[in-house]
Amino acid sequence: MRNETMTINMGPQHPSTHGVLRVALELDGETIVACKPIVGYLHTGMEKQAEYKTYTQSIPQTDRMDYISPMSNNLAFCLAAEKLLGIEPPARVQAIRVLLCELTRISSHAVWMGTHAIDIGALTVFWYCFREREKVLSIYDHVAGARMTSSYFRVGGLSRDIPEGFLERCEKFVDEMPAHIDEYESLLTKNPIWLARTQGVALISGKDAVAWGVTGPTLRGSGVNYDLRKNEPYSGYETYQFDVPVQTAGDAYARYQVRVQEMRESVKIAKQAIRRIRELGEFGPYRVRDFKYVLPPKEDVKTSMEALIHHFKIVAHGFFPPVGEAYSTVEAPKGELGFYLVSDGSARPWRMKVRSPSFINLQALPLMVEGRLIADVIAAIGSIDIVLGEVDR
Amino acid sequence: MAALMQNEAFQVALWAMVKVGIILGVMLGVVSYLIYAERKICGHIQARTGPNRVGPLGLLQPIADVGKLLFKEEFIPAGANKVVFHIAPILAVFPAIVTFSVIPMGPAPMFVVTDINVGLLLFLAMSSLGVYAITLGGWSSNNKYALLGGLRSSAQMISYELALGLSTIPVLLRSGTLSLSGIVDSQAGNLKAFGTTLPLPNWGIFHWYLVLPFFIFLICSFAETNRAPFDLPEAEGELVAGFHTEYSSMKWALFFLGEYMNMIVICSIMVTLYLGGWHGPGVDKFAPLGLVWFLTKLFALLFFFIWVRWTYPRLRYDQLMGFGWKVLLPASIVNVVIAAVWLYWRANA
Repeated sequence: MRNETMTINMGPQHPSTHGVLRVALELDGETIVACKPIVGYLHTGMEKQAEYKTYTQSIPQTDRMDYISPMSNNLAFCLAAEKLLGIEPPARVQAIRVLLCELTRISSHAVWMGTHAIDIGALTVFWYCFREREKVLSIYDHVAGARMTSSYFRVGGLSRDIPEGFLERCEKFVDEMPAHIDEYESLLTKNPIWLARTQGVALISGKDAVAWGVTGPTLRGSGVNYDLRKNEPYSGYETYQFDVPVQTAGDAYARYQVRVQEMRESVKIAKQAIRRIRELGEFGPYRVRDFKYVLPPKEDVKTSMEALIHHFKIVAHGFFPPVGEAYSTVEAPKGELGFYLVSDGSARPWRMKVRSPSFINLQALPLMVEGRLIADVIAAIGSIDIVLGEVDR
Repeated sequence: MAALMQNEAFQVALWAMVKVGIILGVMLGVVSYLIYAERKICGHIQARTGPNRVGPLGLLQPIADVGKLLFKEEFIPAGANKVVFHIAPILAVFPAIVTFSVIPMGPAPMFVVTDINVGLLLFLAMSSLGVYAITLGGWSSNNKYALLGGLRSSAQMISYELALGLSTIPVLLRSGTLSLSGIVDSQAGNLKAFGTTLPLPNWGIFHWYLVLPFFIFLICSFAETNRAPFDLPEAEGELVAGFHTEYSSMKWALFFLGEYMNMIVICSIMVTLYLGGWHGPGVDKFAPLGLVWFLTKLFALLFFFIWVRWTYPRLRYDQLMGFGWKVLLPASIVNVVIAAVWLYWRANA
């Protein structure tokens, strides 16, 4: 008997590749012989564009990389730039950043859960998850004036102070969230079909995951306890009480459990951050007072000649960091997100390089699916949690 | 002409034609509002409202949908087998309509189109024809996703039909007839057990040896109608739209209609075999009440179908086949044997 394999193009137009990912699959019946992810359909040259923009102008670019979690991207970029400048924002600003980044993690995981479930055929979970994501987007809207492309953080602080009623709103959200997570879990966690579709599927061992540079919940689902918020704390994460969920199975279900638990931990961190902001003053200075790099307060600009000059210089040219380079990472919802900036002393970076978790985690896809069935590819892509904006940049 | 009207055979034929017309019209109406109901119910399950823009409560939505589909472009992919590509959607609708002719919706002869004595066999034969629509549609589209969908469906429907057929056998053993009206008649009155009359209707489901077949039939009917969690042939997460990826316009709509008609037919059969058909309180006094009871039971089952679809994820292909062959088939065979032994023993005791 003659055996032939069939090559099938999954994507770039496919409902379950989360955007424009193309996966070239070689099939024997429904079994996958070879799998090759092909990226680049959403390439926008953001790293190159950064070389022609001032540091502040690059912040809106970062929103558009992982557009599901704009705040984490803003933070990663700002931290790298702050490292380059050698400045550190006040504790109150750091607490606001932590609060918003944890809300981002909740919303990102909610989007992940909804889309992952819809790929596997559980259509209803999606609407519940998006209902809560919508609340986070309204919070963004309230604080930054935009629902998705927030661009709220600035090098050395925030673009403006938090508005009135913002903390109450966040508090209401984090108080309600655990009940909603229970709701999602009641639809999936013990559902026999969900278990059958995710347990033992898209397996990757902890050793392989480390070897391929996999980070984030995908790595922690394989039994490796590595979370930058604990291992290399930034923005004062070392002062918050929270656990890092780790599962050892290394399959899609383990990643599901890790993410669900992370949402609960994020709620805990967000509550602590809200308390801390209240202690440090609900309203107050929201930028570093280093006017060579950071805009002076508007009131000073109206009265002080020196502040006006700084304002004019920064708005007209941007700031000029010292010659040097800096690399800074954050634990983004999808994994380790790093920004590498090289400065030649001008107002624009000489080079910007982004270490995006989606891109690097996606490399592990062939490892997870070869020899499995076509339906497992969908479960695997979903469980890695990629955003194509970040894969291609 | 008058003589012709007096002719008894002619009268039967005329009545049958009238009933066919009514059923066809009602069926199409019911299907379009079943789709509306599905969208409305799913909307409420998903914390939204569902269609509410076209007409009051969105009630004109089905008409708008059909109007839109009629004006869509009929796209035929290059390299498609044109003849088969056209026949497949027709095959999707035809078996469902034919099967409906033997379903007793009330006391015969008024509420059944034709009461043939092998009604159940007709249903089984027609439900096997249904697989051709999907397989041929998938194969003739010249599309790899459609082909995979078609192959999945042929494997799925063939394996689930076995368990489906076997789960009807205990019903036949009990009623001793293949006529669907006969099966309904055998479920009249109250349940008699332990030498007394219980305050339960004498429906199939209340006989212990028919409980398991009912659930097997229920599960198989999800597979037969390609509904979640067994909607693998069209699994939009994996195969884009499976066998009807390349279909558009009314040809696509026919597949869609076929799915919902099949749902109605298979639920009607379930009502007939296990839930007492049109029997219910008050039918012996006022016959048309039978139709009401029949429809009530039918819609309860249809609601269940919709409910499940919007709650459960989809099984994987190998799990589906494993479940069909390793669980459902042996269970239904064992049940047939047990039911046969029990009925034989009871008849001789």
